[in-house]
Amino acid sequence: MEFLSQAVLLFKKDLLLELRRRESLLTMFFFGTLLLFVFHFSFDLAPDRIAEMAPALLWLAFLFTGTLGLAQLFEGERANHCLEALLLSPMDRGAFFVAKTCFNLVLMVLVEIVIIPLFWILFNLPNWELVPDLFLVTLLGTVGFCVLGTLFAAVTLKARARELLLPLILFPLMVPVILATIRCMEAILRNGELGDALPWLRLLVGFDVIFLTVGVLIFDWVIEF
Amino acid sequence: MAKISQISGKRNGYFGALALVSILLGLYWGLVQAPPDAYQGEVQRIMYLHIPSILTAYLSFFLVFVGSCLYLWKREKRDDILAYSAAEIGVLFTALTIIEGSIWGKPTWGVWWTWDARLTLTAILLLIFAGYLMLRSLTEEENRGASSAAVLGIIGFLDIPLIHMSVYWWRTLHQPPSILRPDKAPWENIAWPLLTPLLLNLAAFLLLYFYLLSLRFRLGEVNEEIKALKLSRDF
Repeated sequence: MEFLSQAVLLFKKDLLLELRRRESLLTMFFFGTLLLFVFHFSFDLAPDRIAEMAPALLWLAFLFTGTLGLAQLFEGERANHCLEALLLSPMDRGAFFVAKTCFNLVLMVLVEIVIIPLFWILFNLPNWELVPDLFLVTLLGTVGFCVLGTLFAAVTLKARARELLLPLILFPLMVPVILATIRCMEAILRNGELGDALPWLRLLVGFDVIFLTVGVLIFDWVIEF
Repeated sequence: MAKISQISGKRNGYFGALALVSILLGLYWGLVQAPPDAYQGEVQRIMYLHIPSILTAYLSFFLVFVGSCLYLWKREKRDDILAYSAAEIGVLFTALTIIEGSIWGKPTWGVWWTWDARLTLTAILLLIFAGYLMLRSLTEEENRGASSAAVLGIIGFLDIPLIHMSVYWWRTLHQPPSILRPDKAPWENIAWPLLTPLLLNLAAFLLLYFYLLSLRFRLGEVNEEIKALKLSRDF
């Protein structure tokens, strides 16, 4: 309980800061939309290639906007030695990790809620009824991205050129999530249901559970001074 | 001062000479002594290097994991030096494996590179541990860099089974393991004239690996000592 209430408190703090400043969310929205425009200028999406292309393009957009968000994730703590003060308080560091992950997740989900329909509108795609299912798969993938992303945003906190370093470390580790979400979304777009892609979904859930647990356990050592 | 001179370079020298001799012996056996493969012909001889180098690379990444866990647990500098050294040499051997595989792949499959599961897995491993080395070189604070890298070492190692599973479901072209198979003992799957040079080369690579590791480990230790000496002089 103590753990949860600490996490909620820290989460509220980040949310409040974001509501007042609106830095991360606005830049992520804008960048995501910009990417969709770039995709549209680059090629036309033929109707028979939707299942093949759409998941990959969407995930490219999510990965890039997500990385943008991660670069800002601990900026509030870096300024004025807030991190040191936070670590001096009798707080469970696992709770800090959970709070940051949730905050990051909220940001990304808000962006995705806009990007996915926008993608459908800009590319004139027909099958709107599949969007909720696609969104659920995306959500599971986003959890995986946020868990490892938050962990490594904290790991690279004290490194030089950390904005450049973070994706270099994160993307190879994200291969299972990227492959699994894209395969699931492809199956949904082709057949209207998961069907054969069910093992991919299990892999995705497994990834989320494993690294959320490891993250909570290991965060003590990640964030120290 | 005494400590640096205490570490004897001589023993290491013998070790290195032994590694060199066994590599030469292994090369001779694999390239000259062993008969060519019945189907693949002379190209198959690259196996004598390919398999030992990837096995040593795997061993290396396992050592990174062990060193990282031990470092986070006990905070002893030597565990961190072990993990760092193993990561460096592991990246070297993985890169070698990919290069050797390409040279074999061109005449056998007709392409230098293909998106097969095991090739992809090896490439991702290379990227993860290259990231590990970059993280270390870009973190200035000594202890901070060590614990950051240890976290990456552990997460990277835990991620391997998941990456393995996902790229296998994605695609498979590489021949399944022909020697280390679950259904038969290793020596039933390969003729002795071919197995002998393989084992010989594996032993030679392990010797070379531990020679490099001990050198790199010593370099790390000496580095630490120099830092300590500089600090004590400044006082």
